[in-house]
Amino acid sequence: MWSFFHKLGSPPWLYRITGSILRWLLPLTLIALAVGAVWGLLFTAPDFRQGNSYRIIYIHVPSAVVALAGYYVMAFAGAISLIWKMKMADVAMKSCAPVGAALTFIALVTGAIWGKPTWGTWWVWDARITSMLILLFLYLGVIALYEAFDNKEAAGKACAVLTLVGTVNIPIIYKSVDWWYSLHQPASIKFTGESSIDPSMLYPLLLMIGSFYALFTCALLMNMRLEILRRESRTGWVRKLVGA
Amino acid sequence: MHPVRKQRLIVVLCVVLFSSAAIGLMAYALRGNINLFFPPAEVAAGKAPVGQPIRVGGMVVDGSVQRSDNSLRVRFEVTDYQASVPIVYEGILPDLFDEGQGAVAAGVLDENGVLQATEVLAKHDENYMPPEVADALEKSRAQMGAGNADKAGKGQGE
Repeated sequence: MWSFFHKLGSPPWLYRITGSILRWLLPLTLIALAVGAVWGLLFTAPDFRQGNSYRIIYIHVPSAVVALAGYYVMAFAGAISLIWKMKMADVAMKSCAPVGAALTFIALVTGAIWGKPTWGTWWVWDARITSMLILLFLYLGVIALYEAFDNKEAAGKACAVLTLVGTVNIPIIYKSVDWWYSLHQPASIKFTGESSIDPSMLYPLLLMIGSFYALFTCALLMNMRLEILRRESRTGWVRKLVGA
Repeated sequence: MHPVRKQRLIVVLCVVLFSSAAIGLMAYALRGNINLFFPPAEVAAGKAPVGQPIRVGGMVVDGSVQRSDNSLRVRFEVTDYQASVPIVYEGILPDLFDEGQGAVAAGVLDENGVLQATEVLAKHDENYMPPEVADALEKSRAQMGAGNADKAGKGQGE
C-alpha cells in the first residue's frame, strides 16, 4: 500500500503509468461519449412537456456533475500536497483547475441556453446558478492564484488552502434546490428510490455522466503529464525521453 | 502517521470545518434573501413587502388564467395549496406556462394584494418522460376513479 503511494510521488513512474492508462482510456472515452451523445440526442423520445429542448440535459447535467466532483478531486489533491508535501499531488491539484473551470463554464452556458425556451430567461440569480458561478470563480481563482506567485511552493500552499475553503460550496450547490426556493427543480436522479426521469431517458444520461467522468480523468492526466514534463525538463529521464 | 503530518492533517481538517461553519452561518443568516421567490402563504401572511420589487412563485391554479381579448394582458393565480396570490401581467408568457404547472412572477405587490408582474417565468418539475408514458399514466390515473382525480397531476398530459 505505502510503496504504491511512494511510487505515485515519482515523476517518471507517474508519467509512464498515466501514459499507459491514457492509451486505452482515451479511445474508450471518445467511443462512450459518441454513443451516449447519439443515443441521447437522436434515439430517445422527446419529453412530454419540454419536447426536444430537454435533450440538452445530456450535456448540461454531466458537465455540472463532473464539475462538482472535480472540485473534490482538486481539494483532495490539495490536502495531500499540504499534509505530505507531495509534489505530484500539487501537480494534480494545479491540473484539475482548468478542466473543472471548462466543465463549469459548459454547465453555465448550456443551462442558460436551456433556460431560455423552458423558463423564459437566460439567467436568474437563483441559489443554484449563483453558487455554480461561484464555483467557476473558485476554479479561475485557483488558476490565477497559482500564477500570481513566483515561488511555486508558496503558490501550491496558497492554492491548496483556497481549494479546501471552497469545498463548502459543493454541498451548497448540490442541496440548494432543497434548502431554498429556486427556479431549478429538485434532482431527477435519486440514489435511493425510483428516479423521476423515465428509464429510457435515464440510461443514456447515466452513460453520458460516466463518459464525462472518464473525459475529466483523461484531460486531468494529460494536463498532469504536460506539467510533469515542464517541471522535470532539466532531468535526465525527460532529456532521454525527448531524445535531446 | 508521522506526528508532523498528523498535525498538518488536523490543520487541514480545521480549515475545512471552520470555513464551512463560517459560510454555513452566513447562508443561514441570509436564508430569506437566498430564496428566489416568496410562496403565496408568506404573501398572505404579510411577510412580503408591498410596493417593492419581489418574486412570487407557486403552482398556477387550474381555471384561473384569464386572457384579455384585445391585449396581451393576462390574469392568473398562483398557489402553494395554503394560500393563493392573484397576478396581473402584460406580455408574452413562456411556452411552458400552463395551468397546474409552476410559475415564478417578478413584480410589485399593490395594496389590494395583487402582484403587478413585469416578468413571468415558467418552472418545470423534475419529471421527464416520453409523451406515450405520460398518456399511459394519465389513463391509469383516470381509471383509478374520478373520486381522487383532482390531484396535482391534472392538466399535465398534453
